[in-house]
Amino acid sequence: MSRRRRWSRAAVQAACVAITLFMGVPLYLITLAALSSRESLNRFPLPLVPTDPSTETMSTFLRSTGVTGGFLNSLTVGLGTVVLALVVGVPAGYAVARYAFRGRDTYQLSLLLIRALPIVVLSVPLARVFLDTGLYDTTYAVMLIHTALALPTTVLITAAIFVGVPREHEEAAMIFGATAPQAFLRVVAPQALPGIAAAAMFAFMLSWNEVLGATVLTLNQRTLPAQVLTTLSDSPLAYRFAGGLALVLPAVVFIAVMRRYLLNMWGTTLR
Amino acid sequence: MPRRARVPAAVLLIAPSLVVMTALFAWPLVVGVGQAFSGPDGATTAYVRRMLDDPYFWPAVRNTALLVVVLVPLQFAFALTMALLLRERPRFHGVHFFVWVLPLAVSDLAAGLVWLSVFADRGYLNSTLDHLGLDGYAWLSYQNTTSMFLTVVVAELWRSTSLVLVIVVAGLQGIPKDYDEAAAVFGASYWQRLRHVVLPQLRPSLQVALILRTILALETFAVAQALTGRNLPLLVGETYEWYNVLQNPNVASAIALVVLAVSMLAAVGYLRLLRDRTVTR
Repeated sequence: MSRRRRWSRAAVQAACVAITLFMGVPLYLITLAALSSRESLNRFPLPLVPTDPSTETMSTFLRSTGVTGGFLNSLTVGLGTVVLALVVGVPAGYAVARYAFRGRDTYQLSLLLIRALPIVVLSVPLARVFLDTGLYDTTYAVMLIHTALALPTTVLITAAIFVGVPREHEEAAMIFGATAPQAFLRVVAPQALPGIAAAAMFAFMLSWNEVLGATVLTLNQRTLPAQVLTTLSDSPLAYRFAGGLALVLPAVVFIAVMRRYLLNMWGTTLR
Repeated sequence: MPRRARVPAAVLLIAPSLVVMTALFAWPLVVGVGQAFSGPDGATTAYVRRMLDDPYFWPAVRNTALLVVVLVPLQFAFALTMALLLRERPRFHGVHFFVWVLPLAVSDLAAGLVWLSVFADRGYLNSTLDHLGLDGYAWLSYQNTTSMFLTVVVAELWRSTSLVLVIVVAGLQGIPKDYDEAAAVFGASYWQRLRHVVLPQLRPSLQVALILRTILALETFAVAQALTGRNLPLLVGETYEWYNVLQNPNVASAIALVVLAVSMLAAVGYLRLLRDRTVTR
């Protein structure tokens, strides 16, 4: 028995290492590729360990047309999405958590449905709407569609957070003479803040990664992924590898920062 | 607080979100139907016919369907394996879990570019083969449809399995260990416990993940764009081509509506199929 146990422990360890290699090695390779000089990328076979690390590929990419602008646009759109999604989503999440209003179940169900539907495919008709209203090819247009994408999740996450803040605290504040908005700001908001910050990061990451809507709704005001996608077919491999690393890095930082909240955000609150 | 004041307050709080979702979901849906089915002189099926006659359309339908059918079961098996391995508390499980969820925040475009460095003709896979004295293979050549499809499956498996993983791990945490331990005491084998104790309790999490992943897989596009361009057409990729490259928003809208309709059908179908034991909240 114990010998069999030791064998199965070893098998579990080996399987874990194998999966970690499968998940980790591609990230190592894209970093290696993006930090190689253009000349060494033309060699074949490519070395699997860094031989002459160079920032040439990366800096050429960063100096390419539209990349700095795309980076700034991505940042603007991401922050705008966070603000809009929170301004609209947090009150709704609070209402879902605290009030038993008629139609609440329908509201929650429609949130889930909208969350599950590919809203981005609606960006083609949205482009028509935005052309008519003068919003086309602005960062605001992209912000709006990203807000629509992030909103259901923001409402569901914040609702879960407000459920976790004891109602008694709020009621106590009101007994001592606070109005409902004051009680919310002074008592509920501070307790909910870490969770709301997590929701904000989630919205930012969603916006940073979204590419179809951003490509369809803009022409000159491209976000970084949209810029990379539209120049993909006529750019050298070195450019694509550098673009890949530039898009992957924030994601890695994001997961590192958000480790504690991952299971809550993607796991439980989705239900 | 008086009871009747509550209803208006709640409505006031959710009203902005209703406005945003109507303006950005319902309204474009109406506009999209208009774009797809009406031309300069009234109602027409010309755009729909043009979509159906396009040589890329049916391959795109086939590839998208094939991708969903191959990818989703594969990644559920993969995610379940990962979650069960973590449950055994291997050494460094924190590190393993961290690496396994890293792709969670990686976009599909970035994932395509990451795997491009592996599968490109002069990329790392062929380099490794060369180091080992083996011949390379043109993984992404338009002549090798199968290997092209497989590269997209691998890249998507790498990127999107972590979503299933976190849902399953969160689900496993919610299951009390007592049942499993009781079954073990009565002599049930590992596989018996997995089949009759763990999986049934994991059912709600698996359902959510299944609906989400099926619909997200229908949307796959940037991975294939980065790896193969238009050589492996997918439905959402065709929307992009018709809008950005061919500059025909009407046909693009028609394809978008197809994607939306299939997603809705899938969502409703799953909910119907799984309704009897489904908990909606």
